[in-house]
Amino acid sequence: MTTAPAAPAAPSTAPGAAPGFGAAPESTDDDVRAIPLRRPWRWISAAVVLVFVAGFAYSVFTNPNIDFAAIGQFLVDPRIIDGVWLTLLITFIAMVVSTVLAIVIAAMRLSSNPVLTSVAWFYVWAFRGTPLLVQIVLWGYLGLLYEKLSIGIPFTDIVFWQADTNLLITAMVAGILALTLNQAAYSSEIVRAGMISVDEGQREAAYSLGMSPLYTFRRVLLPQAMRVIIPPMGNETISMLKNTSLLSVIAVLEIYTQATVISSQNLKQVELLIVASIWYLVMTSILSIPQYYLERRYGRGTSRNLPPTPFQRLRQAFASRRPGPEPAPETKAVSAA
Amino acid sequence: MNTLNTLTTTKPIEDAAAEARPLVEIRRVRKSFGAHQVLRDVSLAVPAGTVTVLLGPSGSGKSTLLGCVNHLESIDGGRIIVDGELIGYRQAGHDIHEMTPKQIARQRRDIGMVFQKFNLFPHMTALENITEAPVGIAGAPRAKAKARALELLDRVGLADFAKHYPAQLSGGQQQRVAIARALAMDPKLMLFDEPTSALDPELVGDVLDVMRELANEGMTMIVVTHEIGFARGVADQVVFMDGGVVVEAGRPEDVIDRPQRQRTRDFLESVR
Repeated sequence: MTTAPAAPAAPSTAPGAAPGFGAAPESTDDDVRAIPLRRPWRWISAAVVLVFVAGFAYSVFTNPNIDFAAIGQFLVDPRIIDGVWLTLLITFIAMVVSTVLAIVIAAMRLSSNPVLTSVAWFYVWAFRGTPLLVQIVLWGYLGLLYEKLSIGIPFTDIVFWQADTNLLITAMVAGILALTLNQAAYSSEIVRAGMISVDEGQREAAYSLGMSPLYTFRRVLLPQAMRVIIPPMGNETISMLKNTSLLSVIAVLEIYTQATVISSQNLKQVELLIVASIWYLVMTSILSIPQYYLERRYGRGTSRNLPPTPFQRLRQAFASRRPGPEPAPETKAVSAA
Repeated sequence: MNTLNTLTTTKPIEDAAAEARPLVEIRRVRKSFGAHQVLRDVSLAVPAGTVTVLLGPSGSGKSTLLGCVNHLESIDGGRIIVDGELIGYRQAGHDIHEMTPKQIARQRRDIGMVFQKFNLFPHMTALENITEAPVGIAGAPRAKAKARALELLDRVGLADFAKHYPAQLSGGQQQRVAIARALAMDPKLMLFDEPTSALDPELVGDVLDVMRELANEGMTMIVVTHEIGFARGVADQVVFMDGGVVVEAGRPEDVIDRPQRQRTRDFLESVR
């Protein structure tokens, strides 16, 4: 701040222009660097957190009460592996069936038929309003409610097929049933939100081209709704995987039940819980991979340029010398008219 | 083109001199939303190969009328006939009965529509937007539909944008893709619902140029717009609507430059 503000440059503005407008006077004094604020607290807070994390890790790994050899051993125990497969199987079946059911319930809820709308509303209300644990136990006791299950025409004697409830509804079937019906209630709300998110103009445009309602749903509305539906459904899938552990109350031999059965014999409760936790983490981590790719697929056209996937990046790194594929069109939205 | 509103004088339905029968006949159409009557006894004729511009203040019913022509909106009474075919309904006894969605979809293939907000399918590229209906609905071979789509994109000045998604295009470009999409079904009639109202002023010209060219090629068009210049230059017929009725209709030089009704005069004054 040694020099006074430079004298105004020769007035180059056109005659008649208001004073003060146009280019500001320039001075070599203004040719300065702009230095960002230093932030020492970032370093200090990082150091403090690291100390705590290191302390916790040390206390775990040096704890004489944890038998690490047992963890390694039971991680690949055939009973645990069986439990892992069963957990994955239950998750898969429950998610697929519940999603189909959810689409039906959402369609009912969105229909203009008041009976369908209220039944769908009641379904969601009942299954979302009671604890999953209670529902699981209830389905486990189905045999007490109905001794026999049959398929026929209601209010007539016509029966196509009949079976003993306790033979048909094993613990496993009851568990899958409970998880599926409960999940359908949650998923139907996600599907409904996805359908509502699509602009009404899309339907009009599709109809104006001669598309039927079903074709419009399949090719125009659903793909756009999927963009909204997929992220929460990924969360639901991960929740489902973890909720399978609740089936231990009706003795379905998924991984958590297997772990508790083993630990009740060898009394290594903590070790087996760690084993189960490690497997849950592995499974949930693997499940988030398809979600990433599905989100990309249905995100087409929304973000202007999708970043490359990890695999594409890897391939690029290896093949950097070869001429690559045709690049995606540039996004000169307005300029290149 | 000044053979307007002569519909009530019953003409023989057999085609006596194909030009004599208009491509679009709107006869005594009524429509309400709840208690609000949007269309009161509207009649209109659009001869083949001509351009009709609907003018009027917002809420006058012109966009609703356009939606009735391809049955995006149902009607409460009257008849809409396109190329000799009753739209959205079939005659049974004295009254007309609504068709199934499938039958209506079949009729809509021949009527193209362009919307104020473009309504391109955001998850498809410009090319896919154009080929979707010809391939998926009309059963055209994919290669043929693609070639035709590229030709249409070239025609609307967007040959280089086939692989762009709508989000990567400007409003004017999106609207031109939307026009190409409608043309891909080879419609015999094109409906334009305020096609330039959502555009930045500097992008309006490109869209109007495409529409002008289309009109010169002999496409039958019904256009709802506030572009008075376009109406004067391109329209064969200008229809001024207000309060759900046709106030005045005729040649553009008559309706725009020498309006007979005060309401028309007031409206033209306000948009000028």
